[in-house]
Amino acid sequence: MSLAELICPAGTPAALRTAVDAGADAVYCGFQDATNARNFPGLNFTPEELEEAVAYAHARGAKVLLALNTYPPAGKVDLWRQAADSGARFGVDAFIVADMGVADYIARNHPGVRLHLSVQAAASSPEAIRYYAQHFGVKRVVLPRILTIPEIRKIRQEIPCEIETFIFGNHGLMVEGRCSLTNYLTGQSTNMDGVCSPASEVEYIRDEATGTMSSCLGGFTIDRFGPEEKAGYPTICKGRYTAPHRPEGYYAFEEPVSLNLSRLLPDLIGAGVHAFKIEGRQRSKAYVRSVVSAFRRAVDDIRAGRAANIEDLVALTEGQKQTQGAFETKKWR
Amino acid sequence: MTVEHGATLPPRPPGAGALARLASSMAQPILGRIARRVAARHASLFARLGAHQNTDYVIDPVELPFALHLRPDPQALLFRAVPRDALPAAGATIRGRFLMLLELLDAEVDGDAAFFSRDLEITGDTEAVVRLRNALDDVDGSIAEEAAAMFGPPGRAILGHLRRKYSDDAMPRGE
Repeated sequence: MSLAELICPAGTPAALRTAVDAGADAVYCGFQDATNARNFPGLNFTPEELEEAVAYAHARGAKVLLALNTYPPAGKVDLWRQAADSGARFGVDAFIVADMGVADYIARNHPGVRLHLSVQAAASSPEAIRYYAQHFGVKRVVLPRILTIPEIRKIRQEIPCEIETFIFGNHGLMVEGRCSLTNYLTGQSTNMDGVCSPASEVEYIRDEATGTMSSCLGGFTIDRFGPEEKAGYPTICKGRYTAPHRPEGYYAFEEPVSLNLSRLLPDLIGAGVHAFKIEGRQRSKAYVRSVVSAFRRAVDDIRAGRAANIEDLVALTEGQKQTQGAFETKKWR
Repeated sequence: MTVEHGATLPPRPPGAGALARLASSMAQPILGRIARRVAARHASLFARLGAHQNTDYVIDPVELPFALHLRPDPQALLFRAVPRDALPAAGATIRGRFLMLLELLDAEVDGDAAFFSRDLEITGDTEAVVRLRNALDDVDGSIAEEAAAMFGPPGRAILGHLRRKYSDDAMPRGE
């Protein structure tokens, strides 16, 4: 049986402490800049906060993984190199990277620190994963959320590194690291600036007469929720659009729904998955506390040979709907 | 337990006229004391606000006869009760049931989940709201309990009563 490490999100030092106290085996986080894919206002860590957070986690037996999982624009690699140098100095346990140049820099300059391949690298084939493992010494790959469990089992048999899969949170299905939808509407890049639907470009407009709420990005309306409808994130991939053949409006790419693999944990362990990732660095301590605690108990139950009893987490899901997505079947919609 | 909340918020009470003005003026000294205490004990939260230290936030608890005006400038902190017919031009507005807003303040409720369920409405500058949320979420401990403790046992009793009332109101329907 794999170790089934629980990898948990932290957007602030308080969230990191919450995750560690709730039973995280490792916590992933980022700096307050474009070096990570959750470069959101008021979120993330200063260098001083990260140093303190590493000490807090290590004192309690938890690891800290530093996300450096965006792509440096040409000629601007210094920010990523400095972030890697700081992380290594503070004693982080691994770097989560997507860009080959960043991976190469860390492999050469900080060979004692593990490299994990971010989902932002979109490596979904044994050939791609082996390339990163062989050339940069990547020890773990975070797989995209587009693979079935039999496919994951097959990949595991053909690669020389560990596998981490998302088990809860955002159900992102675009080809991560290559999605330019935000850039198309706002001019800011998810992959280089670390901003998917930057808050500065988001506006919610309520119609008092009808009770509807419009969700807008960059001046474009991307969804309109009726008074009784649950809402989702203001991302283009989960927008609702009209088209000549669907004048009533429909979810053209994805629906506002969250991934929840709580019932598939034993199957994932059986497939050789080494670590379970909870998405949500942008979420609150309340989310971190609830989700990490629930999955901590579930993983411990499974390790002990007991049936896992997962709490109902649907109230925390996007659109208050959940799915097992491609992990269950590629026909999940 | 799955807690069902209403999909939409109830209509705003009038929040204007003599009653609203009286309630606002009665709340004002308490709010001022709370704001000064929180700012003094949690000075680090201002750094996460960045340029939005100068943003005018309107926090609109739908059951109260007034709204709240917050300008989180550490040099000139402003937190006051305002009748709804005298609100300032808001950079951002946050609207929800009073006790849910209190739970958000203390990170007992997840803001995104409250938004998904439509129990929380935000309008205006979304970045300002996100910064305020993240700044408050990085505070350890309960701001509500700190505020209640300032007023001794009566303060704690009132907070306890409000929380029980909220818990009862949020029980699943049909049970």
